[in-house]
Amino acid sequence: MSEPTSETVLEMAGVRKAFGANVVLSGVDLTVDRGECVVLIGASGSGKSTLLRCANLLETVDDGVITFEGEDITDPRVNGDEVRSRMGLVFQSYNLFPHLSVLGNVTLALRKVHGVSSAEADQRGLAMLDRVGLAEKSKARPDDLSGGQQQRVAIARALVANPRLMLLDEVTSALDPELVGEVLDLLSDLKSEGVTMVLNTHEMGFARDVADTVCFLHDGVVHETGTPAQVIGDPQQERTRAFLSRIRA
Amino acid sequence: MSRSAVDGWRPSAVQLERESYRRRQTVRSAAIAAASTLVVLGVVGGLVVSSPGWERVHETYFDAGKAVDSFPAVLAGLWMNVKIMVISAVAIVVVSLTIAVMRTTRGPIAFPLRLIGTMYVDVFRGLPLLLVIFLLGFGGPALDLSGLPRSALFWGCASLVLSYSAYVAEVFRAGIESVHTSQRLAGRALGLTYAQTLRHVVLPQAWRRVLPALMNDLVSLQKDSGLIAVLGTVIDAIRAAQIETAKDFNYTPYVVAGFLFICLTVPMARLTDWFARKQGFHGAGGMM
Repeated sequence: MSEPTSETVLEMAGVRKAFGANVVLSGVDLTVDRGECVVLIGASGSGKSTLLRCANLLETVDDGVITFEGEDITDPRVNGDEVRSRMGLVFQSYNLFPHLSVLGNVTLALRKVHGVSSAEADQRGLAMLDRVGLAEKSKARPDDLSGGQQQRVAIARALVANPRLMLLDEVTSALDPELVGEVLDLLSDLKSEGVTMVLNTHEMGFARDVADTVCFLHDGVVHETGTPAQVIGDPQQERTRAFLSRIRA
Repeated sequence: MSRSAVDGWRPSAVQLERESYRRRQTVRSAAIAAASTLVVLGVVGGLVVSSPGWERVHETYFDAGKAVDSFPAVLAGLWMNVKIMVISAVAIVVVSLTIAVMRTTRGPIAFPLRLIGTMYVDVFRGLPLLLVIFLLGFGGPALDLSGLPRSALFWGCASLVLSYSAYVAEVFRAGIESVHTSQRLAGRALGLTYAQTLRHVVLPQAWRRVLPALMNDLVSLQKDSGLIAVLGTVIDAIRAAQIETAKDFNYTPYVVAGFLFICLTVPMARLTDWFARKQGFHGAGGMM
């Protein structure tokens, strides 16, 4: 295990997760530094989503240690709600609350978890919606928005409480092709603003542009890791090459 | 490289420590639950027993000898309740499903069906069950309809069926309408008719969604079957207890009947909880 530096936000060491006899993660090691953008790639079922859900404590790991901001969050004595309040997670299918307005979705955690007054929450929520380009939709219901707009609201909702780490789970997979761009542009903006991110995606071009580190997941472990130029441009492992050629075919 | 559970994986020391911590927490939670339950029951029991009228209440309602004497008669009566419940439940499912399907039809031609269904639900949901039992239980036999029995049992059951079907039809309707339109469209796109889509696509999904709510109505029906006792000639558990009580004005048989009803409904309620959990509804509220 490498010695975590003070700039390490998230570190996974030997993380294992099985569902019954199906071992999805069999010993994942991963380090995410402050301001870094780590992109997970790999075939369907290779455990990319499970890895993000373990990091967010939505799944309990079967073994291994996950350290977040210097704290072992896999310790059962840790308050998972408090840990999650310092992370942002964005889902593939947005998961917005249909009974709340766009602004209501964005401000819910501020008001109920972070103890921010309604007036200040609304102000911060509107500022965040402005940042994702949806200020004029603040009173709309999620169902009245396009998929791309909904996903931008979901990102705003995760981002508004200034999380130390953003986890993004296939955030463009459910979108129509012409709507993918607006979400990827937003993620590029976040990256340039120094937001620490772990995301998984099938958009190799985007991964190449935005990632500092690319991790190829295979057989429940990080099979190959490095800069995009290394992993996507010049993969060393046979499995990585096979995966990339199938994606590009 | 390690593979699946047969991969020779051994939990690490840190994982073993976590698991033992979780086990200790479970034991601790159970101990706290047991202790707090004992304290609450002790306080409530103490308050009741120390009340000034407890002596007299104890004699009139909790006479052990009277309980033993009246038990066989009340138990025989309870068997009648069970029969009423089972027969009514089957009839209720048939009637209410028909009403629900009538109410969810579309198009102008089916308007009379919707009208009849709506009127039926409005009337029988509005009438108190006891009133329906009085009206049908005494008025039904007086009609002297050919082909229909004149017994109070038949008309009592008919009252339960008519009243409950109105409620259950609304549960079914909610279930049918909760199935997304895209499912109907997919069914019709395959060439299924309206009725086939309803039968093979919509109802199987609706049914699963409303089953916990239906089980709740079944528990309620189990108790309300006792209301037929007001007709006097059907000897169910409540009527039997009434007869036993009339012998010496000791009310213990009513407590016996109440106890037996609880014994009947508790397994039903737990079954409902279990089923709701299995279906992924967590709002039903289990024991802990």
